[in-house]
Amino acid sequence: MTKADIIEFVYEKLRAVGSYSKRDAAEIVESVFETMKDTLGEGEKIKISGFGNFVVRQKKERVGRNPQTGDQIMISARRVLTFKPSQVLKNALNEEGA
Amino acid sequence: MTKSQLIDRIAERGRHPRKAVETAVNAIFDAMVDALRQGERIEVRGFGNFTVRQYRAYTGRNPKTGHRVTVPPKRMPFFKVGKDLRGRLNDA
Repeated sequence: MTKADIIEFVYEKLRAVGSYSKRDAAEIVESVFETMKDTLGEGEKIKISGFGNFVVRQKKERVGRNPQTGDQIMISARRVLTFKPSQVLKNALNEEGA
Repeated sequence: MTKSQLIDRIAERGRHPRKAVETAVNAIFDAMVDALRQGERIEVRGFGNFTVRQYRAYTGRNPKTGHRVTVPPKRMPFFKVGKDLRGRLNDA
């Protein structure tokens, strides 16, 4: 599934409730992902009930190793994003006949 | 930010009625849950990819009591952050 497939699905849902165009669907879908990127970029977490939480975590500088050569390298401090799926999503993936 | 705050934020721009934004946002996550349920991978360029990982059964322990528990095989969603978003997390 790509963004184009998501837009198509959103368009079908919008068309069922009013006179919306594919362009409307595309605009809203783009805004959703852009707004989520802006929010996470500011370090704020996002909670989508029924789907999951996106959380920005601050990692400290640490010593790591190049797994190929075994050389020690310094890994700089950075922010990482983790996705924690909701119980609803986890159940959806594991129900009988899924 | 919650889902309803996300809807508000986009509706505030005045390009589309809140009702339409709400329908669209719900449709986006419904579509994604459905794709993952079918084991399908989701690619949103710049944001990230979601994949479904299959985990085998294993014997674990209840960390409180130390009792052995059998964890059945399961499927779990996995998110890998996209390039654009990863850049925004760290260029600040």
